[in-house]
Amino acid sequence: MSEFSLETVSFKLNPRYQFQWEEAQQCHVLLYPEGLVKLSDSATAILQRCQQPTTTSRLLDELEKAFPGAKGLEDDVKEFLADAQKQVWIVEVRD
Amino acid sequence: MESATTYIPMWLLAELTFACPVQCSYCSNPLELSASRKNELSTEEWIRVMRQARKLGAVQLGFSGGEPLVRTDLEVLVVEAKSLGYYINLITSSIGLTTEKITTLKGAGLGHIQISFQGSNRESNKLLGGTDSFDHKVAMTKEVIKQELPLGLNFVLHRQNMHQVKEFLTMAQSLGAEFVELANCQYYGWGLHNREHLLPSQEQLIDAERVTNEFREQHKGDMDIFFVAPDYYDDRPKKCSNGWGSTFMTVNPEGEVLPCQAAKVIPGLEFPNVRDHELADIWHKSDLFNRFRGTDWMTEPCKSCPEKEIDLGGCRCQALMLTGDATNADPVCSLSPHHDEVLRITEKAQRPIQEEDIRELVFRNPGNSKKIRAEKVLTSQAGK
Repeated sequence: MSEFSLETVSFKLNPRYQFQWEEAQQCHVLLYPEGLVKLSDSATAILQRCQQPTTTSRLLDELEKAFPGAKGLEDDVKEFLADAQKQVWIVEVRD
Repeated sequence: MESATTYIPMWLLAELTFACPVQCSYCSNPLELSASRKNELSTEEWIRVMRQARKLGAVQLGFSGGEPLVRTDLEVLVVEAKSLGYYINLITSSIGLTTEKITTLKGAGLGHIQISFQGSNRESNKLLGGTDSFDHKVAMTKEVIKQELPLGLNFVLHRQNMHQVKEFLTMAQSLGAEFVELANCQYYGWGLHNREHLLPSQEQLIDAERVTNEFREQHKGDMDIFFVAPDYYDDRPKKCSNGWGSTFMTVNPEGEVLPCQAAKVIPGLEFPNVRDHELADIWHKSDLFNRFRGTDWMTEPCKSCPEKEIDLGGCRCQALMLTGDATNADPVCSLSPHHDEVLRITEKAQRPIQEEDIRELVFRNPGNSKKIRAEKVLTSQAGK
């Protein structure tokens, strides 16, 4: 369904999900038909940067700048992206 | 005060109208349908409701009814809801939907459409829904998919259509639906009135679940299928709407606020109206929303039950309808002293399935509503 290489292809947040800050819950959420996912701060930091087409390497650059010295960042981000791809939160961007 | 702030009504169900072109005999709407629409909330009133609910943290919004497409201001309400930050679901029979309307509603910010089918083919859909709408539903399903709006199909399962699960799933898949909800009929309102002819036998149920599982196995990943289990055949009850006054808030067409769609059956409860009160007061302070919150209201066997936090005693409306007291355990629970009543009802459902049963169904329409009301008056007079 969502087979694309996270290493080589541009991707972005699936436009069918609504991503926003929820004041009452004090966190960002992803909204979809009849449901929602509460996002952790790190998931938010990643998905915020997927609102426009991006790539794994660009994401890593940006996150390293935003959170200098964060340990294990690359592995964490890759793991999250793989999961986000499986959940179809992110989709391939074709030129 | 502290407990009230921990609850957020994340789900707002806006029942825009009781008017409906479909006549489902399993409808959960009250039997007493308003004969006129003049008491419905206005556009401005709905906008005020949505704004107040959003402030309380509501984020999923369902436009339902009746048939929400009957409201000519639906597009205006969608635009407003979107600007407030809701994710908007339209729960519809698709009657009144057109290609243009799908485009307009999508443009206005609609997130998702759920279309209900009453039968899996033209004849049964007409027979069970009281409208000749099958071809239109199929056409609209295709159109929603074509316009790339998330779509779910809903099929309410009961005694008269349970054998159609495979045919329905096959149709849904061939149309390209992403989600299918096979929802076992719940017995409130018209559904309760028709329970005898809606409640499936155990055998039907087992068959339907088996067919669903086989279908899932054969078509992995193509389509998400939710099988909503029936109430009466489990030995533990379901939580009421994720817990009374914990997540859900329903506003009915005339502005009454309910913890669930069925709560109006419980006597002695006052349903505050958005025309008289702020939603925040209703949610946090009203007797209605506090009455069955948490576990303090419980009686035995729930009170000392180790599982009480899991199901919160089940459905208050079901407890009332089957035991006469809303503070009792939901009698679906095998630990309830009233569980025999559920067994008596399900035992009766094991009789052979006969097609003639369909003729016994009382369809939801204003004429039948009037008739039922008149019968009630007569029975209560006779009882005096």
